[in-house]
Amino acid sequence: MEFLMSIIVGILFTCAVYLILSKSLIRIIIGTVLLGHGSHLLLLTMSGLKSGSAPVLMDNISEYADPLPQALVLTAIVISFGVTAFFLVLAYRAYQELGTDNMEQMRGTESHD
Amino acid sequence: MSLLHLAIVLPFLAAVFIPFLFKGLRTIHTGWFVLLVPLALFIYFIQYLPLTGGGQTVTKTFQWIPSLGIDFTAHVDGLGLLFALLITGIGTLVVLYSIYYLAKEKEALHNFYVYLLMFMGAMLGVVLSDNLIVLYMFWEFTSISSFLLIGYWYDRERSRYGAQKSMLITVFGGLSMLGGIVLLYLMGGTFSIQELAGMSGTLITDPLFVPALLLILLGAFTKSAQFPFHIWLPDAMEAPTPVSAYLHSATMVKAGIYLVARMSPVFAESGLWLWLVAGFGIFTLFWGSFNAVKKTDLKAILAFSTISQLGLIMSLLGVGAAALHYDYLDENIYMIATIAAVFHLINHATFKGALFMMVGIVDHETGTRDIRKLGGLVTLMPITFTIAIIGSFSMAGIPPFNGFLSKEMFLAAMISIIEVDVFNLNTWGYLFPVLAWVGSVFTFVYSIMLVYKTFLGKAQFEKLPKKPHEAPIGMLISPLILIALVIVFGFFPNLLSNSMIKPAVEAILPALGDAGQEVYVNIYFWHGFTPELFMTLGVVLIGIVLYSTLPKWQGIYNRIPERLTLNGFYDKGLAGSETGGYRLTNGVMSGFMRTYLVYIFSFFVAILLATLFIRGAFLFDTADLAQIEPYEVVLAIVLAASAITILFAKTRLMSFISLGAVGYSIALFFVFFGAPDLALTQLVIETVSVALFLLCFYHLPEISRKEERMGFRFGNALLAVLVGLTVTLLAFSSFSYRSFESISQYHIENVYDLAAGGNMVNVILVDFRGFDTLFEIAVLGVAALGIYAMIRFRAVRSENE
Repeated sequence: MEFLMSIIVGILFTCAVYLILSKSLIRIIIGTVLLGHGSHLLLLTMSGLKSGSAPVLMDNISEYADPLPQALVLTAIVISFGVTAFFLVLAYRAYQELGTDNMEQMRGTESHD
Repeated sequence: MSLLHLAIVLPFLAAVFIPFLFKGLRTIHTGWFVLLVPLALFIYFIQYLPLTGGGQTVTKTFQWIPSLGIDFTAHVDGLGLLFALLITGIGTLVVLYSIYYLAKEKEALHNFYVYLLMFMGAMLGVVLSDNLIVLYMFWEFTSISSFLLIGYWYDRERSRYGAQKSMLITVFGGLSMLGGIVLLYLMGGTFSIQELAGMSGTLITDPLFVPALLLILLGAFTKSAQFPFHIWLPDAMEAPTPVSAYLHSATMVKAGIYLVARMSPVFAESGLWLWLVAGFGIFTLFWGSFNAVKKTDLKAILAFSTISQLGLIMSLLGVGAAALHYDYLDENIYMIATIAAVFHLINHATFKGALFMMVGIVDHETGTRDIRKLGGLVTLMPITFTIAIIGSFSMAGIPPFNGFLSKEMFLAAMISIIEVDVFNLNTWGYLFPVLAWVGSVFTFVYSIMLVYKTFLGKAQFEKLPKKPHEAPIGMLISPLILIALVIVFGFFPNLLSNSMIKPAVEAILPALGDAGQEVYVNIYFWHGFTPELFMTLGVVLIGIVLYSTLPKWQGIYNRIPERLTLNGFYDKGLAGSETGGYRLTNGVMSGFMRTYLVYIFSFFVAILLATLFIRGAFLFDTADLAQIEPYEVVLAIVLAASAITILFAKTRLMSFISLGAVGYSIALFFVFFGAPDLALTQLVIETVSVALFLLCFYHLPEISRKEERMGFRFGNALLAVLVGLTVTLLAFSSFSYRSFESISQYHIENVYDLAAGGNMVNVILVDFRGFDTLFEIAVLGVAALGIYAMIRFRAVRSENE
């Protein structure tokens, strides 16, 4: 299972990098979101995916899934959401002010070259 | 801190008061106050003469950074004292000369004397320090103060150019020298020159010995203007003439000579040292004298003459090192080379100082230094002419002046090197006397040129900016004293031999004293019909012939095009490094985000993949794997398919929906992997994110509504696949390498007992690792504030428009 997940993570990273290298700002943001997804899955995968109960204390159960990476991923999800939201609004404002979403046209003004 | 230390730093201390004296006492020339400093120091250092003459040395230590082995250790021996007397003695005369040379009304004298005193203190520190780090510190002080003095008239473009050039070259050498010092410390474990000299026998077998030797020599050669680093010295002539006389003829340029002499006990056992020092010296002698003839500016002639004479002293020090290889000889013929080096060092300081001052007088009284405009000044300036003719004849090596004696000894030493068979370079050894002789011929030619073109020949006063007349007496005192010394040392050379030359030679070649050889200095005029006498006769005869036919062969100098000269290379190299740096930055920094991302991802892939396979870290271990369930495979396919759909989506809406599908699939994976909290959060956040994306999509301005599929670029695709592959391979091998158990068992066991909770993830978030959560909240808060600010505050921009 872990190897299958590693391959899925690899595919997510491939798509993310390809999108990040594109010209369109909105595609770059989609790429970063995918990159986040890939990292979260990787975090969870690396701690082992042996089946165990959800990490909620219950009677008669001794095998739990590892709770620590889950806590780490939860934190990471929230942070990447915050950054994505900020990034999206930034892109939205950039559209409004610059009238373009093409990264190759955003090279600073002549005086800042 | 002893009196000796105070003497070394006295010029620095005195420099503090100069600006106040200049501002407060405008009626008195500031130089008069400065004059007291070198005079007092000269008298102070004279006291050491009997001591070093008796073979004794004085060492005083002042602790500076004892934990690093860096102490301000002052060491007075014959060599250090000789230099200290030169520095303070000529310093006194130069200050006296500068009082008449620089007008107190027009010049920024406070700057001048502060720089000059700083230089004097630095130079004393260089020659009297036993600790190499302290020596290096003073060494760089001389570079800095020389830079300031060359750029004294900073409103002139040539001054700034010369100052920058000398700074770049000497600091380059200084830093190399620091490298050599550090290597010496690594080998010997001490910064003390005396202790290192005691270890020279073991140091020579060390693998770091040759690099240290080369680096130290690089420092000495750049400072002493040896070929090919001599190019800074002619441009340093933009400095005021007292500075040229002091720094660039008598003292600073001899710092490299001093270093070679001082380090001889450490390095001279090596044959490499002998040939490098002697070889570079003799070629510099030839090259400097050859180039001096073509110059038309008096100071430029003297600059090349200085280069040539420094080469002469350097080659003598190199040949003197041969004495150590033949210390079994009864009458060590190589010892004469070191004696000649020390003797010529003194002689050169006297006649070159006088000649520079003479040129300064000519410049001051006629307004030009160009020999094409000068001529026939002998009747108007008889005293200056006397100074010039004695100085020049001494420089050319004509009896009865002191230059003749040292030149004879020099030729004798150069002949003796033929017999040296270190490295078995016997045949090449013949180059030394030949180059020495040719160099001496050119020296003769430019010395004669200096006198004849300036003072004799056709008078052409109409070309001069000023009406020439004899200089004021104050200006003549210093050169007259120096010229008097030229004559005295010429007629009574043995005045110096026991008091100054012998202790200095003993300091340069201490191994000979240990081997029981007495340094015997006896300089005499008439030494029989020896080969060197005939060589001198040849120099005079050929020199006269060459001088009288000068216009006929002077054309050869124009054969070398300007861009092939060393200056041309230096200028081109400097400009090339600037444009090269600019081009490199321009080429690498394209301004496109994509370029930088390509760099980052490429390095990521290259470094990680290379490390993985070069170190053999890749591992594929299937022992600890979890079971694959069929529904998980289906979900994995859905996830991968929706991720890939984003790449091929025709519309943005399609890619947002696919992104949502990816997010929800991941939430489902979280469900399968036993992570209910993660699944919950992921579902909510994915929903909000997609809503945000749609919001952005809806508000796109018209111009960007052009929906188009992403163009395919092979480079991007390749890089993306490589990154994905790298991550997958890393994941494989890091999973296979799990070396110890997780700490989660602690959380599982104690979650209820310690934290009174059942949900382990939540307890970790708010209890075991609550700090993470605190700052995660902070991140969300900052993001929210940032978004609010971005949308709300746009006043500044609209006002500007």
